[in-house]
Amino acid sequence: MTQSNNSKNPLHGLWALTNRELKKWYKNPFFLFMSIIQPIIWMGLFGKAMNLGAVFTNVSPNLPAGIPQQFQDIIKQSISDLSKQVLEDTFGTADYFSFMSVGILSFVVLFTTMFSGMSIVWDRRLGFLNKVLSTPVARGSILMSKVLSAVIRSLIQAAIVLSFAFLLGLTLGPDFTPLNLLGVFAALFLISLGLSSIFILIAIRSTRWETHMAVMNLLNLPLLFASNALFPISLMPDWLQAFAKVNPVTYATDATRQLLLYPINVQQLILDFTYLGVFAVVLTTIGILLSWRYLSK
Amino acid sequence: MSTGAIAVDGLTKVFNKNLVAVDHVNFSVKEGEIFGFLGPNGAGKTTTINMLITVLKPTEGNATVCGCDILKQPSEVRNCIGVVPQEYTADEDLTGLENIILCADLYGIPRETSKKRAAELLELVELTAFRDKQVATYSGGMRRRLELACGLINRPHVFFLDEPTLGLDVQTRAATWNYIKLLKKEYGMTIFMTTHYLEEADMLCDRVAIIDHGKIVAIGSPEELKQRLGGDIMTLSIQDNTVDISNLVEKVPRVKEVKKQDGIYRIKVEDGEETAPSIIEAIRTEGHKVTRLSLTRPTLDEVYLEYTGRSIREEEATKESFFSQRVAMRRARGGQR
Repeated sequence: MTQSNNSKNPLHGLWALTNRELKKWYKNPFFLFMSIIQPIIWMGLFGKAMNLGAVFTNVSPNLPAGIPQQFQDIIKQSISDLSKQVLEDTFGTADYFSFMSVGILSFVVLFTTMFSGMSIVWDRRLGFLNKVLSTPVARGSILMSKVLSAVIRSLIQAAIVLSFAFLLGLTLGPDFTPLNLLGVFAALFLISLGLSSIFILIAIRSTRWETHMAVMNLLNLPLLFASNALFPISLMPDWLQAFAKVNPVTYATDATRQLLLYPINVQQLILDFTYLGVFAVVLTTIGILLSWRYLSK
Repeated sequence: MSTGAIAVDGLTKVFNKNLVAVDHVNFSVKEGEIFGFLGPNGAGKTTTINMLITVLKPTEGNATVCGCDILKQPSEVRNCIGVVPQEYTADEDLTGLENIILCADLYGIPRETSKKRAAELLELVELTAFRDKQVATYSGGMRRRLELACGLINRPHVFFLDEPTLGLDVQTRAATWNYIKLLKKEYGMTIFMTTHYLEEADMLCDRVAIIDHGKIVAIGSPEELKQRLGGDIMTLSIQDNTVDISNLVEKVPRVKEVKKQDGIYRIKVEDGEETAPSIIEAIRTEGHKVTRLSLTRPTLDEVYLEYTGRSIREEEATKESFFSQRVAMRRARGGQR
């Protein structure tokens, strides 16, 4: 009549549900194209259009006539040197594009995980969630499948964006070795795990996608701008710095920048990874516990 | 434990502390029967089903499904039931086959078994030719059939169908009934279904419970329920309009009431088909001649009217059910998005 439950893997169904989400993504070329092209456009627009380096290096100061040509050149040169120094002090690199394109990796993760919550709202709306709940799938697996698919998607998108960044002229730092890429993806994995757990947790309780969209829109821009993804936090006002310093996006971005662009500060890197690790573990645990409680109500 | 497929004891669900959706409901469903839950929208049908399929926890009371306690052994219950929800839950972006395999994976059925079963079920619901087509291209009837196939992938012992023909046109509805009958014949399981189509309950169900405002107001086979109304209505007229044969007819066994109006006798009888000959016989022995006779059996419509105080057509849908109905109907009609 029915199969025994004992012989079964407690994780059965987890991959099936994850794969369902991924299939929707990779089987729909338009959706796949849009989700990849968007961060690339952002990277191009922000990184190339806001060419902060050119702001200083292209100045031709209106010097009084009579100053010999060689002095003019010296002045121009020193402004240029000075600005390069300013850029390096501010961004850690003279190349704003490199600074920004690495920040975009966190941005990709943030936005991809953010929308992953939407699918659970729709699953509830369309009755799929109830159907899954009537099967012997572990309640935690229902949430984890959403988290996992969001993580996999954001890592693949980040990899594609990173390759484009290389093509568009990302300059790697002095300590870069191909092994650092592992670290980059480890950092992105941790942040996407934590972020998708929060977003899916918010989504699991909402029955209307409009409400969920409103909450997401409230969260995404502060998380992005109150971090070092696009601009260094040292130049922000104190109250904003306080927020940016607890914002996990800051730590993911710092870790990836260190591994790709900067000379590595081991102590800082360890701090980054510890913060991200705790963030991911705590939120994923809360997510599983609360979803288990909420879904078995 | 209990011998029946489903045994419900004082099951109650209260939403937000004051909205009583299901109010101390008791009933049992025998092995192998088709049991119908009939009631207007918002009567508590879906809430009851959701508690029985362990998606919703009851506020009070308990139930057993396949002999397993829905509160203490939810995984056992989930393993032995199949569910076809009101909505179309198949993933539109996946193919029919992919959807069935997904359902199989949710039950942890090994791939070789699930492939074999999927092929068999697709054959049964006549979707084999469309197995590799995206569900977005399916018609409403095809989607319904796919849902039936998905619900059966774990060879359930008790099969729950929530409004299985909601939003389907008359022809597709009749076809779906045939599939349900076929599936039952093939797999011999117990079926618990909700519906608000009276003819559906009448056609398919062995027994019916009428639920209104969260309470069961009547329970029995469709025949019994109709009988309980007071039986069939026979109208007849005799050649000689000057005599009154009311007293004569009333003496016939199983005749409950006789009224004469404009020379036409309206007779309430039990088991009209069997009683009619004896009535005619009695009239004839007294030397009268019956000139006209008709026998109408009460429909479930009248039963429903009697117990709920309103006709099934005039009720107003709640906002929530209205939305899900609209989604279901749109998908049923459209096929394409």
